[in-house]
Amino acid sequence: MTAPQKIFEIPLYPYARSADQDAATPARHTVVVIGAGPVGLGVALDLAQQGVEVLVLDDNDKVSFGSRAICFAKRPLEILDRLGCGRPLVDKGVVWNLGKVFFDDRQVYEFNLLPEDGHRFPAFINLQQYYFEEALVKRATEMQAEGAPVSLRGRNRLTSVDQKADHVVLTIDTPEGPYTITADWLIACDGAGSPVRQMLGLDFVGKVFEDNFLIADVVMDAPFPTERWFWFDPPFNRGQSALLHKQPDNVWRIDFQLGWDIDRDKELRPENIDTRLRAMLGDEIQYSLEWSSIYTFQCRRMERFVHDRVIFAGDSAHQVSPFGARGANSGVQDIDNLAWKLKLVLDGTADERLLHSYDVERVHGAKENILNSTRSTDFITPKSETSRLFRDAVLDLAETQDFARPFVNSGRLSVPCTYDGSPLNTPDALPQGPARSRPGSPCLDLPLGDGFLLDRLGARGAPGFQILAIDAEVPTGFTAQGLPCEIIALNTQTAPGLTARYLGDVKSAVYLIRPDQHVAARWETWDASAVDAALSRALGKEA
Amino acid sequence: MTMLNTTRNTPRADDVYQMLIDAHEGKTKAESDAFNARLILTLINHIGDADVIAQALKVAEG
Repeated sequence: MTAPQKIFEIPLYPYARSADQDAATPARHTVVVIGAGPVGLGVALDLAQQGVEVLVLDDNDKVSFGSRAICFAKRPLEILDRLGCGRPLVDKGVVWNLGKVFFDDRQVYEFNLLPEDGHRFPAFINLQQYYFEEALVKRATEMQAEGAPVSLRGRNRLTSVDQKADHVVLTIDTPEGPYTITADWLIACDGAGSPVRQMLGLDFVGKVFEDNFLIADVVMDAPFPTERWFWFDPPFNRGQSALLHKQPDNVWRIDFQLGWDIDRDKELRPENIDTRLRAMLGDEIQYSLEWSSIYTFQCRRMERFVHDRVIFAGDSAHQVSPFGARGANSGVQDIDNLAWKLKLVLDGTADERLLHSYDVERVHGAKENILNSTRSTDFITPKSETSRLFRDAVLDLAETQDFARPFVNSGRLSVPCTYDGSPLNTPDALPQGPARSRPGSPCLDLPLGDGFLLDRLGARGAPGFQILAIDAEVPTGFTAQGLPCEIIALNTQTAPGLTARYLGDVKSAVYLIRPDQHVAARWETWDASAVDAALSRALGKEA
Repeated sequence: MTMLNTTRNTPRADDVYQMLIDAHEGKTKAESDAFNARLILTLINHIGDADVIAQALKVAEG
C-alpha cells in the first residue's frame, strides 16, 4: 500500500493548452503575474476582485513542495479575508501564543503574544505554505467560476521579458513549446532567485550570513505543547541553535543550526537527520520525515520595486532571514499595497505617482523587516567572539534578571507595517487620538454587529476609499477626485470598542480609509474640503 | 541606600544592543576587551554611587 498523496504532490493546475498559444499575433493581457506562490496568487486575487484581468504563470503545477513558510501573522490573514479566503486558513491552522527560550538545558525566557480581544484573527497561526497556497488556488478557481477575470497556467515558464514603452513582451516555454504574449503590466512574484530580476539585470544587494540551517519537518505524535521553543547552545546541538514549532496534521517544524563549513549532502541523509532528531527528542520517538532542506540566510532588497512596466513583490524584491516570519507575511502586505494602486492607474484615476508610493511604502516595510531580521540573525549566529560573549551574557542574565529579557532575540515577529512618512498621508489632524490609528496605520479590528469592523473596510469590488465616521455628523454620500467614497457612520453606543481604538480622549472622529484598510487621514469632525484634499494626496496627486 | 535598577529601563533594547555589537565590529579580541574595560569604567563614573556599583557587581557574579 502506498501512502496517500500529499497535497503538494498533486498537480492542482496542470498544463493545458491555451488559445494564446495558437494566436496569430501575441495576445495582450492587462496584468501578468509570474509565480503562483502566496504573493503571486494573492495579487491575482486582489486584482481580479477589483475587476482587473490577470493571468498567473507558474513554471510548476503544484503548490509549494514542503511546508516552507509556516507562521502567518494577523495582518496577512486580515488581507486574505478581504480576498475571501482568510477564515479557512485559521480553521486549518494551529493558533499559538506562547514562546519559550532555552539556553543550554535551562529555560531562560518565555513570551506570550497576548493577543488583544476583539479581533477576528489571532496574533499568529502556523500553517504549511502548501495549505496556504491551496486555499488561494481554490479561491481563484471559485472566482473564475463566478466570472472574475483571473486565470492560472501551470508549467508555463517565462524565458524572456522585453520592456516596451507601455507594455512588456513575454516569451513563455511550455511542454508543447514556446509562445509569446504581451502585458500592460508584469508583476514578478518569482521568489528570491527571481528569474525576472535576473533577466532585467537588476541588483539585489545585501548581506549573506555565513551559516547553514537544516529544516526537518517530521510527522509525529508528540506530547509537546503548541508553543514556539527555541534553544541557544543546547546539549543536543552544541554551540548552535534549534527550533521546534507545531504545524497542523501533527507536522513539527524542527530547525538545526549547522554552522558554515558543512557537507550538505551528508547532513541531508535521512540517517544523519535521524541521529540529530533522536539526540533532541529521545531514542523512543516514532516519526516520518515529511520534508528536509538546508538553507542559508540573506538579508537584501532591490533599491526600488517598480521598474517601468515591471513591478516586484515579495521575496523577488526583498529577502530576509526566517526568524521573525517576515518573508511571506511582508509579501502579502506588498500586494495589499499594490493592487488598488495599479487598478486606479489602469482606470486613469491616478498616475504613476501613486505607483511610486508603492516603492516608498514597501521599501520602508522592507527596511523595517531587514533591520529586525538582521538583528535576530546577529543574535542567533554571533559573528565574532565578543558578539557571542555578549549574547551568552544576555542569556545568562535573562534567567534571573528581568531587565535582560528584552535583549533576548530569537526572532522579532512580523507586525503590520505603519507607513509613517508616506507621501499619501495627510498630517495627523487628530494627534490626541490613539497613536496606533494615526495616518499610515492599518485599521484595527473590533467587533461590530454580528461581525467585525474590518469586514466593512477595504476594497472588495471597485477600489473605493471609505469614510469612517464615529459619533460625527457626516453626509450620506461623498464623491471627490472622481471617486465615490462610501460613508460608514458608526457610534460608540452600538460599538463601544471604537472608543479605545479610534477615539481615545476625543469625542468624535472622521477617518479617511484607503482600499487597503490603512488610514490616510483623520479629523475630529467632517470637513468636505479637507477630505477632498486628503483624498487627492492619498491618490498620489500631491507627491 | 540607593538601589540598583534591575527593572527594564531601555525602551529601545534592540537599538541599544545593536550599537554595542556594532561598536565591536572590526576589532580584535584584545581590542574588544580593552574597549569593554573603558566602557565599563565610563559607565561606572556615570553611576557614581559605590553602593549601586557594588550591587551591579553582585548581579554580574551570577
